[in-house]
Amino acid sequence: MTTICVLYPDLLGTYGDGGNGLAIYERARRRGLDATLVQAGLNDEVPDAHLYLLGGGEDGPQSLATDLLRRSSFVSRVRDGAHVVAVCAGLQILGLTFCVEGNEEFEGLGLVDVVTGRGERRSVGELATRVGSQLLVGFENHGGRTTLHAGVEPFGSVVKGRGNDALHDGYRTKNIWATYAHGPVLAMNPWFCDEVLATVTGRELEPLASAADLLYQERCRVLSN
Amino acid sequence: MLLSDTDETAILVSARFTFPPNVNALVLQKAQPPPGWAFCVFKIVSVDAMGKATNLRDDVASAAVRAVNRVSRMTGRGSGTVIGGRVGIKISPDLVTSLSRGRSVLLVSGTNGKTTTTSMIVAGWGVPVTTNQTGANMPAGHVAALVESTSAQVALETDEAWLPATLATTGPRVVVLLNLSRDQLDRANEVRQMAERWRKALETHDDPRLIVVANASDPLVVYAAEVATNVLWCDVPTTWLADAVSCPKCTLAISHVGSQWHCSCGFAKPNNITTLLGDELVIDGVTVALDLSMPGEFNRSNAAMALTALHSVDVKLDEAVVRINAVQSVVGRFSVRRWQGHVLRLLLAKNPSGFEAMLATIVNDESDVWVAINARIADGRDPSWLYDVPFERLRGHRVYCFGDRRLDLATRLDYAQVEYVIVEDHAQLPVAKDTISLLANYTAFSDWLEKSEP
Repeated sequence: MTTICVLYPDLLGTYGDGGNGLAIYERARRRGLDATLVQAGLNDEVPDAHLYLLGGGEDGPQSLATDLLRRSSFVSRVRDGAHVVAVCAGLQILGLTFCVEGNEEFEGLGLVDVVTGRGERRSVGELATRVGSQLLVGFENHGGRTTLHAGVEPFGSVVKGRGNDALHDGYRTKNIWATYAHGPVLAMNPWFCDEVLATVTGRELEPLASAADLLYQERCRVLSN
Repeated sequence: MLLSDTDETAILVSARFTFPPNVNALVLQKAQPPPGWAFCVFKIVSVDAMGKATNLRDDVASAAVRAVNRVSRMTGRGSGTVIGGRVGIKISPDLVTSLSRGRSVLLVSGTNGKTTTTSMIVAGWGVPVTTNQTGANMPAGHVAALVESTSAQVALETDEAWLPATLATTGPRVVVLLNLSRDQLDRANEVRQMAERWRKALETHDDPRLIVVANASDPLVVYAAEVATNVLWCDVPTTWLADAVSCPKCTLAISHVGSQWHCSCGFAKPNNITTLLGDELVIDGVTVALDLSMPGEFNRSNAAMALTALHSVDVKLDEAVVRINAVQSVVGRFSVRRWQGHVLRLLLAKNPSGFEAMLATIVNDESDVWVAINARIADGRDPSWLYDVPFERLRGHRVYCFGDRRLDLATRLDYAQVEYVIVEDHAQLPVAKDTISLLANYTAFSDWLEKSEP
């Protein structure tokens, strides 16, 4: 059985981020895969899971979530190979440092060799990035500028919007996908959702038709113009 | 009337426009009108006035607001409130302040319920009230409202982000703080910052007579209001607390037990409650016979806070509540309309907490539900919030998806296992039978209000 865990929806769920857990669980369920969706709130232990989902949040909740994760089994589980999809604040939390109000260098979890400083201005708007042969579409709303240190691969190259630094968006390690496209990025990009699901379950997946196909086509059309 | 009209200028005289008594005419510099416009004003060049005006600049600015708005209405562009207000503020930057002087101003702000609560205050007051009925809730809209009517009683719906500035410029008697939750995050960024800005504004406000009517059930509102000198705390049901899970003071978890809440740092729900809404409404120890015509638990909360505000300016509660009970709909919200043979009940829902409240009014009877979603500037450009709405509650209904972002909606419903129809062509709609609930966000709601009939 594959366990999908949405971490701290009460802290990191500002931008409809619950949609990611829902979408991947639903796409597994419709294919008859044995999957379960759990949520871990800020008073809960981090459960054992194959895939963790981290969303976006405001400064206070972001630093609280980081401190809670630091003290939990999350870091060792991810070092041992558990998968993570991290968006927005989640992307920053996994890195070495990030900025919050009153602290220019808040210590992250150090799972990935990236640092996030304060951007010149807030990045708010539609985000489209090229990931291999695919387009990733979504919406970003953050004040960070993320720098990847040597050896860390970006997840996509920016077509529209800002992402990390107007050139690249997010990062991709063996078991982590990270993007500034917040909220329901897995719901809007069925190919991305299925890539994560296939990797986490170790299976080849049959195509699955859903309303998301129409939405994805429409957003690609709008954002590549 | 239009006295002269050349390519560059036009002169308006007071026969056609209601100017202050001392102003005879305005000389306007024209701009290239957009298609469909009769003409377009670039700026006001000069004013022909007589007599000694005490404050000519403000009078001129007020006249300009009226004139421009009337032109805007005559040419059929919009309801004519914002553009004139902008012109007025340009002429006299302190116009809101001078127009508010000597009047009893009540401000209403919060994420949800602003328009409804303001309308309840207007209805309940029982005297003519100056108000911004069209929902134009920023300074330009305030100016337009303050110019259009001379009533000494003023109720202004105020955009959350503009509340600090409006507190300073209008010097209100009362400010009503309804609730704070996520809404249009692409514009407002983060809701906790909004609470912080409200708090700062109340902390530095120097009028000791200001009365704050605040929702004690909403931790973000309490955080903002607790610094004010005179607060009337209202304990009203507030279901959406997803934005107040972590303490606004110390970021630790707030515990919610029943209707009570507290944080380990000591921040807690106030206990000196003025207004309590349960099965009954009690204000200052007096039971008030609340029996609204409009549906929804949230409207009872809005009414309780409107009545508390009226009570604080000495309006008789027993009379005010009768007038508020009689309100049927507010600018089309909750109204029953007709469109192509269908009978629709229009419900405005702009954000997750508003949607959750509106979904609760839909009867569980397998009827069709129509939902219309846009993501234009006034709605917020980012429809991610659809995933924060508990659409799972619509399982068992068939949902017809309308609006610019109907595919985002359909995807959300699909993942929620709700039956959906993407409406590309109205011919595919079923033959009308019963009244259909139509939930729409801001601009989608306006579109439907415009294309339907009473």
